[in-house]
Amino acid sequence: MLTFVLRRLLTTIPVMIFVALFVFSLLYLAPGDPAALIAGDQATPEQIEAMRRSLGLDQPFLVRFWNWSWQVVQGDLGTSIFSNLPVTTLIAQRLEPTLSLMLLTVALSVLIAVPMGVLAGARQGGWIDRAVMAMAVMGFSVPVFVIGYLLAYVFSVRLNLLPVQGYTPLAEGFRPFLANLILPAVALSGVYIALIARITRTAMIDVLSQDYIRTARAKGLGTMQVLFLHALKNAAVPIVTVIGVGIALLIGGAVVTETVFAIPGIGRLVVDAILRRDYPVIQGVILMFSLTYVLINLLIDLSYTILDPRVRY
Amino acid sequence: MAASSLPPQVSAAPDLFPPVKRRHPWVALARRHPSIVIGGGLLLVIVVMAVAAQWLGTVDPNAIAPAKRNRAPSAEFWFGTDALGRDLYSRVLYGAQVSLMVGVAVAVCATILGLATGLVAGAVRALDAPIMRIMDGLMSIPPILLAVALMALMRGSVLNVILAISIAEFPRMSRLVRGLVLSIREQPYVDGAIVAGTALPMVIWRHILPNTLGPVIVQSTYICSAAMITEAALSFIGAGTPPSVPSWGTVMSEGRALWQIKPHMIFFPAVFLSLTVLAVNILGDGLRDAFDPRAGKRG
Repeated sequence: MLTFVLRRLLTTIPVMIFVALFVFSLLYLAPGDPAALIAGDQATPEQIEAMRRSLGLDQPFLVRFWNWSWQVVQGDLGTSIFSNLPVTTLIAQRLEPTLSLMLLTVALSVLIAVPMGVLAGARQGGWIDRAVMAMAVMGFSVPVFVIGYLLAYVFSVRLNLLPVQGYTPLAEGFRPFLANLILPAVALSGVYIALIARITRTAMIDVLSQDYIRTARAKGLGTMQVLFLHALKNAAVPIVTVIGVGIALLIGGAVVTETVFAIPGIGRLVVDAILRRDYPVIQGVILMFSLTYVLINLLIDLSYTILDPRVRY
Repeated sequence: MAASSLPPQVSAAPDLFPPVKRRHPWVALARRHPSIVIGGGLLLVIVVMAVAAQWLGTVDPNAIAPAKRNRAPSAEFWFGTDALGRDLYSRVLYGAQVSLMVGVAVAVCATILGLATGLVAGAVRALDAPIMRIMDGLMSIPPILLAVALMALMRGSVLNVILAISIAEFPRMSRLVRGLVLSIREQPYVDGAIVAGTALPMVIWRHILPNTLGPVIVQSTYICSAAMITEAALSFIGAGTPPSVPSWGTVMSEGRALWQIKPHMIFFPAVFLSLTVLAVNILGDGLRDAFDPRAGKRG
């Protein structure tokens, strides 16, 4: 088990090196000369040259990549060109809204999608199955910002039930926090529910044809007990896998959702950074999201041994 | 004999062999694969609307008319006008050209890139690990963020949007193709071809590539629909096509400021975008069932 954990950790290293190389090339290839930018409008060519040397910008690509990586490993993601604040500070300031939105979305999606998928898989071809599959196609097809505007228009503008846009920190009370976050979370969960429901259904259909399900039924267990205790437990591995893979969709969706609902999160941070061509911020956010994604999927791989004792490493 | 009115020599046969109903080929297709006909039909309508946009009562989608700005839908402006007085019906119809073009172009580019890398990775053992590690790296960056990052480097143009989304989407295709190749190369006919002395490139071209095409075509329709959503998202957050090229995403992005009082500015492009993506997804599901009847039943 320990050797597996170590081996699995080692395989994430080339992936992260590639991501780092990609993210670094972004700044390397970006138009504009940071030395001239920092030296200011009045600088002479000699001053710019001196600035370039002091920043290490005259070094070859690989040397600069190494220096940059070393800084990143130490937790220094550089400084924003626009606001002059460290990128790590900017990300930390914006972390709460994005993290709350994503956690609420995952919780909502799993709570809705898993029972949907189980019931659909239980009666393959039945009306629940057809309805769930139709909803899944809709979930894949209607983009998150379309669902977002629709929900906001109906529940906020027309019915006046919830605040239209914005974000209230959790520290200011749970109810306003939830009131602001519920619509974005529902909008964002559309694709995710579709994805999880579909995989849950497929996994259930596979498991339900096994002998031990027949045994469970034969010994007189109720349908719900068979479905949700015996079958779902054995269908857990693919479901958990897709929850992990879907995090990529969720991150992309969060960037758009935060724009629709004016949530001051990391998604807004990166969108503003793109409009201002603030490359260090773009780099930092991509690096952080990718690392999160890789680590979540690493944890999920490791969780297989708990979910399914037959899996041994 | 129950049917006394029928001659005895005819009455027994139909019970065993009911007559084969000869249906029109289109009807037969619609009965067997309703998804292909529904999705394909809906898509066809949208494509025709996009291609024929200039004959469908549209005006110049970029013509500004400040006196007529922010109009609600009416007989004169079917979809209303935007904050600059541009006719939204024209912008949405011309926007269809951009969105469809991006979707199809990305599907083609990503499929070619994915096939090339996937075939090589699957067939040449030494290159398998390096190629797949690069794909893992690309896939660990969420597609929209990857496209956004590439767009931050490049000028906003339709061509760059296609390029950026293709790079973000092709690793999934590459991985699919590699998996297919790994299973196909174990087939006896591939061994046979190799034993018969066929060169590896020829084995790939003649024996492996044709057998990957079914799943690859299905996957490429999903890439097409994902690309249209990504394009709209990029344009919506301001990192996509330039404002002079109306795509559904740009039109929605322009309606963002006023959507609470003028919802029509967002409603029409949103409906068209969703319907188009839905049509492509339904078509993709239909094709998947047609190529692999087992897959359709299972998921």
